[in-house]
Amino acid sequence: MSSQLLYAFAGVALCGIGLFGYIRLDHLLRKLLAFNLMGSGVFLVMVGLAQRGGEPDPVPQALVLTGIVVAIAATALAVVLIRRYYHLSGRTTLAESGPEPKNTPKPEAHPEGAEV
Amino acid sequence: MRVLGVVTMVVACVVFAGFLGLAVWQISGAPAPVSLPGLLAVNLEASGVEHPVTAVLLNFRSYDTLLEIGVLVIAGIAGISMARTTSLEDPDLRTSDSLLYALQRWFVPLMLLLAGYLLWAGSDRPGGAFQAGAVLAASGVMMRLGGIPMDFLRPGVLLRLGLALGFTVFLLVAVASALAGEAFLAYPEGFAKPLILVIETVLTFSIAMVLLALFVSAPVNRAQEPEEGERG
Amino acid sequence: MTLWLMAGLLFTPLAWAVLTLLLDFSKGRVVTWLGILVQVLVSLGLWATVASEGGFHYLLGGWQAPLGIELRVDGLAVTFVLLTALVAAACGWHGGLYLDPGKSWHRYFWPLFWFLWAGLNAVWLGGDLFNLYVGLELISLSAVGLVALGGQAEALRAAIRYLLAALLGSLAYLLGVALVYGQTGSLSLAGVATLVSDGAVSSGPVFPLVLMLLGLALKTALFPMHGWLPPAHGIAKSPVSALLSALVVKASFYIAARLWLELGNELGSYVLAQVIGLLGALAVVWGSWQALLQPKLKQVVAYSSVAQIGYLFLLFPLTWGVAGAVSLQAQQGITLQVISHALAKSAMFLAAGNLILSAGSNKVDALAGVSRFLPFSLFSFGLAGLSLMGLPPTGGFAAKWLLLQASLGSGQWWWIVVLLVGGLLSAGYVFRIYRASFVEDSGTDHFYHPPRSLEVIPMILALLALGLGLVSDSVLSVMALPFDEGGAG
Repeated sequence: MSSQLLYAFAGVALCGIGLFGYIRLDHLLRKLLAFNLMGSGVFLVMVGLAQRGGEPDPVPQALVLTGIVVAIAATALAVVLIRRYYHLSGRTTLAESGPEPKNTPKPEAHPEGAEV
Repeated sequence: MRVLGVVTMVVACVVFAGFLGLAVWQISGAPAPVSLPGLLAVNLEASGVEHPVTAVLLNFRSYDTLLEIGVLVIAGIAGISMARTTSLEDPDLRTSDSLLYALQRWFVPLMLLLAGYLLWAGSDRPGGAFQAGAVLAASGVMMRLGGIPMDFLRPGVLLRLGLALGFTVFLLVAVASALAGEAFLAYPEGFAKPLILVIETVLTFSIAMVLLALFVSAPVNRAQEPEEGERG
Repeated sequence: MTLWLMAGLLFTPLAWAVLTLLLDFSKGRVVTWLGILVQVLVSLGLWATVASEGGFHYLLGGWQAPLGIELRVDGLAVTFVLLTALVAAACGWHGGLYLDPGKSWHRYFWPLFWFLWAGLNAVWLGGDLFNLYVGLELISLSAVGLVALGGQAEALRAAIRYLLAALLGSLAYLLGVALVYGQTGSLSLAGVATLVSDGAVSSGPVFPLVLMLLGLALKTALFPMHGWLPPAHGIAKSPVSALLSALVVKASFYIAARLWLELGNELGSYVLAQVIGLLGALAVVWGSWQALLQPKLKQVVAYSSVAQIGYLFLLFPLTWGVAGAVSLQAQQGITLQVISHALAKSAMFLAAGNLILSAGSNKVDALAGVSRFLPFSLFSFGLAGLSLMGLPPTGGFAAKWLLLQASLGSGQWWWIVVLLVGGLLSAGYVFRIYRASFVEDSGTDHFYHPPRSLEVIPMILALLALGLGLVSDSVLSVMALPFDEGGAG
């Protein structure tokens, strides 16, 4: 088992942890962080598995670069949506039940999501 | 009951990781039949750059890069569609950190220099448009937090032009070669290196614009419309 | 000539996306309609070329796969490219008239629309596993942007849920691609298929394929992973809902089908195929049942999408371990199902938009009396419903007929029950809408009358769905060897 394969297994672990967080965590920003963790895991698997022979392989490295940019775009879009959702509804989770906050937008000086 | 839910989830994720690890282990047992690095090494000089990763990104698999910049522009568009339509002088976003104010005078020029270096270095060592664009965006974020009003980020045609510029240049280069009779995105003989350089430069600028616009458009506006058929 | 057509096909949507980004809604609308004309002509030209000369491989950048990215322009791909052109043209035309030019954020509808179109074409033509991933992300992000455009908290909640589901699906697919690359060293789908069938790689690890199918099934909203679809498709503006239900969910299904047909015979198993088919059957029953219960009109149509998507997954059990002719029938049936559902569902959503605009409310009960005011839109809705029910001579009937034959031919008679029950249930919810609209004793008299052109568009789409059964032979002959290599004639 080469050291590159170790990276792949680390990626596997990250995928598992990220998946758990993605499903269990309710706060939207934390779900997003879990998604990024999973993404990092997938990238590690991609590079680690392909380079298990010890030779550096530029193709998966380029793919991971592309993947990182796509993940950034997706994360940025998610953050903008979550922020707008928070400003319009006062909620930080997708749950529809629970105490209904006043349906007026929060004032601007409100500290951003005290939990995070 | 909640504990049961957590435990089942943990078990499910462990099982998933187990299957995944098993697959990785099984796959690693045998070498891959096709070796792309070999093919790459043979074609590297024809690609116009010395660094193999840059060659893959901007020559062999340039279509992926074109679409991925498109993805970034989409995120930018969605972001500015929710942006505040009045001024960008939001006191919320400006910190009152005097250390930041003092240091940014030193950091920002250095970061701009670093971005330029990363862009130039991409041809024969790790570097390139994305890395340079990210550093450029970070220096923009720092300036914003330090209270420097950046007029070009005001919602308007200039902002949208900046977002689209890198993508447009890339697209024009792509179709130019197609009009000349070759396939889409095939660089003409001998022009590969200068074209790649031009594309990377404009891409750096646009990537930075998109990331910065997404950061700045975070304060949301009140404009909204009710769902179809609902009273507002 | 073909080179020009291909360049035009790839260039136009992306160029128009950038162009409309710089304009406002009204100018963007004019420019878009011009672009739609160009793109429809190019798509038609490409379809005609492949119909007469056969399919071909298009090497991007001039590099051969597996080093470069190749596009597979075969009969099935151009059929879907043409379908996308027709449906997107209709939705773009409708959107231009339906959306309010006064709202400044509507200007962003056009660039997102064009990027969505570009992503769809990238998926239909794609032959490279990683390129398909980027195409999927292009589609997902523009779709989410369109759902969230100018929406209130409910729309944002739907958009966020959609985004989270889509991202999870794409990531699962990417993980599968990483494993496949690690195993074979190639990213070209055709290359991997050859390696697997030649036995150059062991077909032991079945996990990568399962992972990719799971991720793609999540993106296609297969039961029980369909939770994100009804809110997103129900809340979005009608032209957006039409695009989403008709084309976006089919993109991930298309990739799953290609993977299964190329790799499934070696890497799949009987159990896997039957399980997927079972989930499809459950989707048909559950979706139709939920459609009968929804109080809002667009939610009925959205749950109907969940049900119709279930039919698509019957492809998996009907093409595994069966004779070649039976497999071909199943493939042809599924292709017709995709096309007819795309046409019918977009007609339904656009007509629903007109009905809601007219009645001033999106509840089914509020439709009372609309039959006197908007018979045209109601008729389009009904015609589209005929295709969903599978009555002749619609495309839905032709599709179900082929699937029935395939079920009998492969000995898997239990899918016939699913097809029949599904047809009955869809009749149920279509008639429910009709019953609501024919109620005479409502007090409402003031219906708003939408512009005539808004009503024509869903009618055209519904008529196309209706007539599909009549021209299905010529359509199917272009797809001749639907998912196979080259399709040379």
